[in-house]
Amino acid sequence: MSEIICRDLSLGYENSILVSGLSFEIRAGDYLCIVGENGAGKSTLMRTILHLQKPLSGEIEYGEGLTPSEIGYLPQQTVVQRDFPASVNEVVLSGRQTGLKGRAFYSKEDRACAEENMEKLGIADLGKRCYRELSGGQQQRVLLARALCATRRMILLDEPVSGLDPMATMEMYQIIKKLNSEGITIVMISHDIRASVEYATHILHIGSEIFFGTTEEYRRSPAGRIYLESGIADSEDMGRREEDA
Amino acid sequence: MDKLGLYFSYPFVRYALIVGVLIALCSSLLGVTLVLKRFSFIGDGLSHVAFGAIAVASVVGLADDMILVMPVTIISAVLLLSSGQQTKMRGDAAIAVLSVSALALGYLIMNIFSVSSNLTGDVCSTLFGSTSILTLKLSEVVLCIVMSVVVVTVFVIFYNRIFAVTFDENFARATGTKAGMYNLIIAVIIAVVIVLGMKLVGSLLVSALIIFPALSAMRVFRSFFSVTVCSAVLSVVCAMCGIIISILASTPVGSTIVAVDIAAYLCFVVAGALKKGSLV
Repeated sequence: MSEIICRDLSLGYENSILVSGLSFEIRAGDYLCIVGENGAGKSTLMRTILHLQKPLSGEIEYGEGLTPSEIGYLPQQTVVQRDFPASVNEVVLSGRQTGLKGRAFYSKEDRACAEENMEKLGIADLGKRCYRELSGGQQQRVLLARALCATRRMILLDEPVSGLDPMATMEMYQIIKKLNSEGITIVMISHDIRASVEYATHILHIGSEIFFGTTEEYRRSPAGRIYLESGIADSEDMGRREEDA
Repeated sequence: MDKLGLYFSYPFVRYALIVGVLIALCSSLLGVTLVLKRFSFIGDGLSHVAFGAIAVASVVGLADDMILVMPVTIISAVLLLSSGQQTKMRGDAAIAVLSVSALALGYLIMNIFSVSSNLTGDVCSTLFGSTSILTLKLSEVVLCIVMSVVVVTVFVIFYNRIFAVTFDENFARATGTKAGMYNLIIAVIIAVVIVLGMKLVGSLLVSALIIFPALSAMRVFRSFFSVTVCSAVLSVVCAMCGIIISILASTPVGSTIVAVDIAAYLCFVVAGALKKGSLV
């Protein structure tokens, strides 16, 4: 079943087109990684899917019963959040906004849902802690729990591991993989090309050349080859430098 | 104590206390949101706009200057808050430009078309709110009570949404919250609070009422709810102390209240440091 179909999308801002001719399909249960250079339009694509921005042209079709507000979203962290006085409970609970409709306050159901998702991500014991005092990995889990509160079907993640240490990065990938195996569709922007081809079922490469297909096809495609080799070369290079140090 | 009892037998003192407490309560509610959204100075900018509007109103000879001041301030607030994200002029620059322009033009207008014999006194009391709090009419007190009830009710009803929009506007938008509308509500509340607050502490000091309680509370408390409650309580207590001290010591009301706010802030800084276990 298709969750999202994009046809011939052009993205960008008034005067500058970032990317055009973008067509792809996300099916239920997919794990799609969006890769590409900085400024290629990855985040813009995500914002467009979430209706935060209008496409310049082309159309997006949503699967049955999937409204943009039912897509969970893990945005990149903002400056404001770094010194925001909020408890973990408050942050996770704010993911239930969609369900509030006309009500002013959260119901028992909302609270139960928040708790359930916190347990799922192993942060149930952090509930009363202050968000800004947590480690980077814990903060990302809190935001992921919030995203889960907003959806049961699909999560969009914008560079969920940027700034995390290797341990936390691994854990984050494991959590995302687990969520995917439970049937939640994953769409993730990533700079970590190795992890992308390891975990994802599909790859969307945005750049001078656009590629969309399964991970296997991506490995064999010209765009994928160049990118993979340079990515691996980069990380090996970094590994060597660390050893030197 | 006797002196205090005597003063409280005058209705204008009771009015001042009621109005002071209500204004302090309202102004503290949105402080947290404004500080976190990097809009600490919006109070300053808007109050100067209100000052300009008061100048125009007095020159035109409006009996009730609220008719002009309130709409002008609300419109400015909406423009400032809605333009914050995506404009040619950044938020703080826009506030600075608006604030100094309104201040300069307001004073200029007052000077050129002055109808009062004591111009300096008029300007000074508008800027520092020296006497207006003690010369309130019953109708103004009622207006203030109604406004406060509206502000507090709106804040409580939209508390969860305001939290979501402040913490992460993009996420709130993505999950279908009409962030634009809540920013608008925040802007309108701020404008109302500022016009009311000017009566208490004057237009130069009204920012203090908005940001000090929030900053103090953020030093010690760790959740949005506790910070909000703490800053509301703190603001009310400080305003009461300030008004009483100013009556007993015959000091200007506005600056006394702000001085108490500063003292409270310093206490909270120390308390926050002690709580963390170090004085750094």
